[in-house]
Amino acid sequence: MIRDMKKKMFKNFITFFKRDTFVIPLASIVLSLFIAALVILSIGKNPVIAYASLIKGSFGNVQAFITTMIKLTPLILTGLAVAFGFRAGLFNIGAEGQLSMGALAATMFGVYITSVPAIIAIPIAILGGMAAGGAWGAIAGYLKAKTGAHEVISTIMLNYIAALLANFMVNGPFQAVGTGIPKSPEITDAAKLPVMISVQASSLSIGIIISLIAAVIIYVIIQRTTVGYEIKAVGFNPYAAEYGGISIAKNIVLAMFISGALAGLAGTVEVLGLHHRFLGTLSAGKGFDGISIALIGQNNPIGVVFAALLIAALRTGSNQMQFAGIPKHIIIIVQGLVIFFIATERLVKTLILWKERKEEEVLQK
Amino acid sequence: MGEKGEYNLSIAKSIMVEIDRMDIKKLSECKVAMIGITKRFPGVLANDKVNLYVKEGEIHAIVGENGAGKTTLMKQLYGLIKLDSGTIFMNGKKIVINTPGDAILNGIGMVHQHFMLVPPLTVAENIVLGMEPVKGIVFDINKAREDVKELSEKYALHVDPDVKIEDISVGMQQRVEILKTLYRGADLLILDEPTAVLTPQETEELFTVMKSLKKQGKTIIFITHKLNEVMAITDYVTVMRLGKVTGRVNTKDTNPNELARMMVGRNVLLRVNKKPPHFGKKIFEIKDLWVKDNRNLDAVKGLSLQIRKGEILGIAGVAGNGQSELVEAITGLRRAEAGKIVFDGMNITNWTPKQVRKAGIAHVTEDRLKYGLIVKYPISYNFILAHYDEVPYSNGGFLNFNTINTKADKLIKEFDVRTPSRDVLVGALSGGNQQKVIVAREFYFTPKFAVVAQPTRGLDIGAIEFIHNKILEMRDKGIGMLLVSMELEEIFSLSDRIAVMYEGEIMGIVKPEETTVETVGLMMAGARLTEIKADDSRYEEKDV
Ligand SMILES: Nc1ncnc2c1ncn2[C@@H]1O[C@H](COP(=O)(O)OP(=O)(O)OP(=O)(O)O)[C@@H](O)[C@H]1O
Ligand SMILES: [Mg+2]
Repeated sequence: MIRDMKKKMFKNFITFFKRDTFVIPLASIVLSLFIAALVILSIGKNPVIAYASLIKGSFGNVQAFITTMIKLTPLILTGLAVAFGFRAGLFNIGAEGQLSMGALAATMFGVYITSVPAIIAIPIAILGGMAAGGAWGAIAGYLKAKTGAHEVISTIMLNYIAALLANFMVNGPFQAVGTGIPKSPEITDAAKLPVMISVQASSLSIGIIISLIAAVIIYVIIQRTTVGYEIKAVGFNPYAAEYGGISIAKNIVLAMFISGALAGLAGTVEVLGLHHRFLGTLSAGKGFDGISIALIGQNNPIGVVFAALLIAALRTGSNQMQFAGIPKHIIIIVQGLVIFFIATERLVKTLILWKERKEEEVLQK
Repeated sequence: MGEKGEYNLSIAKSIMVEIDRMDIKKLSECKVAMIGITKRFPGVLANDKVNLYVKEGEIHAIVGENGAGKTTLMKQLYGLIKLDSGTIFMNGKKIVINTPGDAILNGIGMVHQHFMLVPPLTVAENIVLGMEPVKGIVFDINKAREDVKELSEKYALHVDPDVKIEDISVGMQQRVEILKTLYRGADLLILDEPTAVLTPQETEELFTVMKSLKKQGKTIIFITHKLNEVMAITDYVTVMRLGKVTGRVNTKDTNPNELARMMVGRNVLLRVNKKPPHFGKKIFEIKDLWVKDNRNLDAVKGLSLQIRKGEILGIAGVAGNGQSELVEAITGLRRAEAGKIVFDGMNITNWTPKQVRKAGIAHVTEDRLKYGLIVKYPISYNFILAHYDEVPYSNGGFLNFNTINTKADKLIKEFDVRTPSRDVLVGALSGGNQQKVIVAREFYFTPKFAVVAQPTRGLDIGAIEFIHNKILEMRDKGIGMLLVSMELEEIFSLSDRIAVMYEGEIMGIVKPEETTVETVGLMMAGARLTEIKADDSRYEEKDV
């Protein structure tokens, strides 16, 4: 009897893990690291040294850790932005533009709101940045809801507009006086995010805490609220959603707004916590990284946090790897492979199940 | 791994025993034999050491309750899901099928209940898709058309190779699916509930096709819930219940009652408890309604009708005569071009689906997978689809999981949804159980009025009996109802009045007890009730 139960539990356990989404990313990462190790070997280097220096470079000391966390902060948010869009069936390629609009707005609030305490200045700048990013995203949402324009096209176009607008601002009306360099004035001290730890030139602000809180809030919205219910319903089956009385148009706009607001928040914490001014070309592809991160994190907010951590650690650690004589571009191979394997989920599933199948075949003979 | 190994070993042994016990001759007589098939899904033993023997050249019925494991068994034969254990023999030889490709190579073809055609492509293009004839490196459309013509003549399956899939009827699409399997060289055809979506005429045509295929030596496995169809067309029946085979019988040695008993384990009356009606005041009215279809042609043409509280108005008619467009216009899913829909004193014409629902109108949709369900949501979430934003299912924007779960458990029990738990994704339910989820949801919230389309599509006879009585229970509570169904029997046994639709118009409205199936049939073919009556009286006069 007990044996039977144990058997059953074991079987359920196995099926649970087979089904669960996080096995695929995990297996993909392991597989990618393995293949990259072969690549490292093939160029005559030692993969053990490579990976050891990668870890050392990203977590080996306080400074490395701080650098990783600083890189992590916006990546969590752009990852969340893209993931949230995906949940509504929307492919938001525009995190890049929403991020810079958020950063621009947050900087303006931070520059022009003077003589208020931090407790007021910071929230206002944050809300301003989120609203701007959200609005930028909502434009694409509105276009889709009203005219059917595909969000991939419209968000790409909005990226260009945002980039040009940002460039114009830092070279024109919003340029720091007398510098001649494309950058905005510095925000007031009250609007700067408090610093938690500081080692030499790098200081870690509470931005990382804000990112993590955002992940938790998004998780709650997706899993526990009627907003999440509606948005997922529209993403899974818009016809059934409409039949059940859920407005597709409203939810497309809302989802794009929230998605954009998250990207805008990414820009905001970059400004308030790190650069303290708007640099025009601030994003450096973080919006696009959000797509990879959402994919690796399987659109799950908690998964996104870990996926962002992976990417941030790879980026930070790669320099150390370079010092060890191994080309840092290896990490691009790793990142590319991870995404490739996740996108070809079936392949990984087959590999995971392969051993088991062998066993069964033996039995059947 | 050790324990799992032992488990598999014990199953393997039982298969060996089974094969030993079997007449070897019987095995070689079989076109296909599935021995000791076991398939476990989380929490469900969908197939439990099932043995299926299908002889060459026969039409073999598989019947059984919703969730008995029929579709699962066939999906394993076709390589869509991998069997946990068991062996498949074909023409006496053991074969291994891992993918549909393997099945096709072995001459197996399957027509799914939900067609897998590409709507913007033509019939010929769909049939050859994946195995296109080529001239050099380009697709040879002329050869494709020739091939399709030849094939359709050979099997008397007439289709027009040049029309697009999106422009042909469901019955035609099914034909295309069958041709597709034949094009790939199938000599064993699996048809999973092919008649569920067909009109009686189309069913007749399908039967003609099946007979002709049989004459050409093809073997057919036919799944259906309609026992009269089993009696009409099949040679042999395998009955399944709770994942096991519970009976095997030659069709000529059995009858519908016995089959029903084997399926559900009790006698099924299939008779409804219809009390005399108590009509209240008028609750619903349509005045001169015009609705267009997807191709922008008039589908509903100046239709008018009225329904009282406690009354069921049945809409009979051959599918595609505007019934779907009518239902969609009422429920807000399609624009009404002209006319008026009045409910409970309110003009609800072109209201949004949400407004219509909040006003108190329930809607059982005929298109289960397109509109009715979110297959990636668990059962419990699907139950609250139109009510998630109401207390007590949510509060201040937060879902209230306790009430959602309690309600789900209650509905699962009351409507006998076969599932291990309310958290199972609806997509993992059997077809019939998905249907039960829709009906349960729509009937639970005691609406004031219900639009009910094809409520029992894909249900087993036990479930049909249950749903029919539910519908009448609602009527007796004073709820008005518009019932659309392709099943004339259903229309006759439930309706208080029957309206017959033809080409978007109502040909006449009759009471079931005062009319005949023939009269309704004539109206379905386009005769107006007034014309039929005039004819009748002339006839009677002559007689006198
Ligand atoms: N992909 C799946 N995942 C989990 N459970 C499944 C899956 N497919 C089927 N099942 C379960 O297996 C059982 C058998 O399902 P199956 O679809 O074979 O029933 P069926 O006999 O075809 O019923 P119906 O007459 O309603 O179509 C059901 O309990 C169903 O919930
Ligand atoms: Mg089925």
